[in-house]
Amino acid sequence: MTAIAPYRSPASAGRAGFTSALRAEWTKFRTVRGWVIGALVAALATAGLGLLVSSGGQSSCQAANSQGQGSSGSCQHGISFVLGPNGEPVSDSFYLAGQRLAGDGSMTVRLTSLTGRVPPPNGPSTGDESGYVPGLEKWAKAGLIIKENLTQGSAYAAIMVAGGHGVRMQWNYTGDTPGMTGTVGPANPRWLRLTRSGDVITGYDSADGTHWSRVGSVTLAGFPSVAQGGLFAASPEYQQVGESFGGGTNSGGGPTQATAVFDRLVTAGGWTAGPWAGRYVGTPEVPGVVGYHQADGMFTLTALGDIAPIPAGHGGQADPAVTVSDYLIGTFAGLIALTVVAALFVTAEYRRGLIRLTLAATPARGRVLAAKSVVIAAVGFVAGLLGAGAAILAGEAITRARGYYTFPTSAAAEARVIVGTAVLTALLAVLALAIGAIVRRGAATIALATGVIVLPYFLAVFAAVPLSAGNWLLRVMPAAGFALQQPYPAYHQVTMLYAPFSGYFPLAPWAGLAVLAAWTAAALALAAYLLRRRDA
Amino acid sequence: MSHALHAEWTKFRTLAGTWWLLLAVAALTIAVSAAAAAAFTCPPGPASCAAAATGADPARLSLTGVDLGQIVIALLAVLAIGGEYGTGMMRLTLTAVPRRLTAYAAKALVTTVAAVAAAVLAVGGSVIAGRLILPGKGLSAANGYLALSLGNGADLRAAGGSVLYLTLIALLAFGVTAAVRDSAAGIGIVLGVLLLLPVASAVIPDHVLARHLEQLAPMTAGLYIQATTGVESLPLTPWQGLGVTALWALGALVLGGAVLRLRDA
Repeated sequence: MTAIAPYRSPASAGRAGFTSALRAEWTKFRTVRGWVIGALVAALATAGLGLLVSSGGQSSCQAANSQGQGSSGSCQHGISFVLGPNGEPVSDSFYLAGQRLAGDGSMTVRLTSLTGRVPPPNGPSTGDESGYVPGLEKWAKAGLIIKENLTQGSAYAAIMVAGGHGVRMQWNYTGDTPGMTGTVGPANPRWLRLTRSGDVITGYDSADGTHWSRVGSVTLAGFPSVAQGGLFAASPEYQQVGESFGGGTNSGGGPTQATAVFDRLVTAGGWTAGPWAGRYVGTPEVPGVVGYHQADGMFTLTALGDIAPIPAGHGGQADPAVTVSDYLIGTFAGLIALTVVAALFVTAEYRRGLIRLTLAATPARGRVLAAKSVVIAAVGFVAGLLGAGAAILAGEAITRARGYYTFPTSAAAEARVIVGTAVLTALLAVLALAIGAIVRRGAATIALATGVIVLPYFLAVFAAVPLSAGNWLLRVMPAAGFALQQPYPAYHQVTMLYAPFSGYFPLAPWAGLAVLAAWTAAALALAAYLLRRRDA
Repeated sequence: MSHALHAEWTKFRTLAGTWWLLLAVAALTIAVSAAAAAAFTCPPGPASCAAAATGADPARLSLTGVDLGQIVIALLAVLAIGGEYGTGMMRLTLTAVPRRLTAYAAKALVTTVAAVAAAVLAVGGSVIAGRLILPGKGLSAANGYLALSLGNGADLRAAGGSVLYLTLIALLAFGVTAAVRDSAAGIGIVLGVLLLLPVASAVIPDHVLARHLEQLAPMTAGLYIQATTGVESLPLTPWQGLGVTALWALGALVLGGAVLRLRDA
């Protein structure tokens, strides 16, 4: 008797590992023409709307002029901003009663009064000061400054009192640390002290000139040994922050002025005791107002202007400049296409009954969902990366070629925004896929995914919900992830309407990412649970 | 026709999903409207709640939910016809009612009735919510705002027009889906048309072109009907705007009917 060996197929046994599931899902995706086209459409839509914008710059010009913000001429090719030491656009115009300050030393002064004049509320901004009423801009500032030189945009550090924000230590335009709170007046003067030791500049404040506390200490690398410094005052443009339906913009505004009264000015260390020469750094917007006089040790400075960063966006000083956010406006259009693709990637299997074959081939159901997620995440990432990259790079080239001004943005910030967009589209595609696995019907999935992903962003950025409601949508909905696209920091020391339409989101990028990731993880977990529990 | 209508109505009402969607239209619209009204705040400053300072349109604000409701109602209409293509039911329907345009009209009529019912609930609830919430948010009689009331001509236009708008969006979605014969493609196209055109008009640098685009887009033009303040400055009158949406819906219905008539199902 001979044992007969049963027949065995010569083909090697298929592996049921994750790699083969991944390969199967990738093959499914790339061989369905409609899905590949859909992914391409997503990338093209992302880039396309942005390119529409970059063919302009004109639009924001016209808007600025119609609002009468004194930006006439800024649409011309010559518009340019003063750049700060880190390359960001800055305002740098103020009144200085100063002198050369060589080597290390310290200055101490008492500020006894800070008053001002502002345009009447809701009044017309005429540009001159007729009809101005007493009042102080919240970020009007006066105090002690030490500055690299008298060129606009040079490095500095200053200790000051701000109109409505107490004592501040500020440096190099973007730096800001609070000190004592409260307003200043004859009954409650503020003592300020600025000391230099090498590259380190330290600010102190005191209510009585005896008890001092340190406000902040900054290191200005490469600060020259001979610098300029002294008393300064400035008062930024009044911005009437208003919200209008359909985006929300600032409306109105105009120059304001501040008058600061100092006494008991004392220098120590290597710094000499005077004379203090008055001059305006930059060009005052309203000539003939600024000035300085000194009598009996009392210094009175009247000034306009500001020492601060200029935020990007609509309604602010930089309104005519095209921003990176403008180029990326098409992201949500690409997301609609990507949502359709991601939803169909799973629901089409139910529609055609293919899911039964898929699950027969890979009985570990969680593995199928994971493989699909990886494939669609990769597709979303690449579509977002290409779309955002093309929008920004081509957009900037076009804007420059047409001679319009682009808001200066560092290459690092651009790279972060492009990768952020790719992460955003990848996660949102996975979310749409997970919703598809939960709902299992194409149309319902697309409507639901659009409702939770794209619509909140649309409502908050373009349409008819009030800014506060829009900001809540952008905190709690998956659309919070759009915070990854914020290219510029919001400066709390500059009054402007930091609205989503200008590229400012209510959450920090990482927080927005966390909200989006939480939604995606929750949806995936529910999808995995239901996929195991339900019959396919 | 009456048999066809009866058949369509039976199919429509015996699907569990239909009722959930109708409920969702009303619930989501009212919820979003109430949330938008509750989130309203007057800008900071003295006398800021005066009509000139807020620029607020109470009717439009309390009908904000229509923006979301239109997506659900579009889905309802898409599934009303797309579902039959998805399951192959369409072949049976056309066997029973060989006059294809009769079947199509019956289905469109049933969808219309359902859309009107859902829209009346959604808009009515939103108006009530706005009437209750907005006075507490500063948009009160003391500041020169009339309480929302259907006795007021402009408010009636906004509310009634919103019902018509939602119905027209349903018909637009219905026609588009009949033309592409696939639910997913249908809803994708409808959402693209609704949401993409307004954004394009918002960002297009050419203001003349942007204004034309706004006049042509079914969503922006149709929602002019919700305006009760600043009506003169709109690119179209409210009724003209709704007419644009009606033309879109009509075009989609004709296209869907033609495809159904001319192609094999």
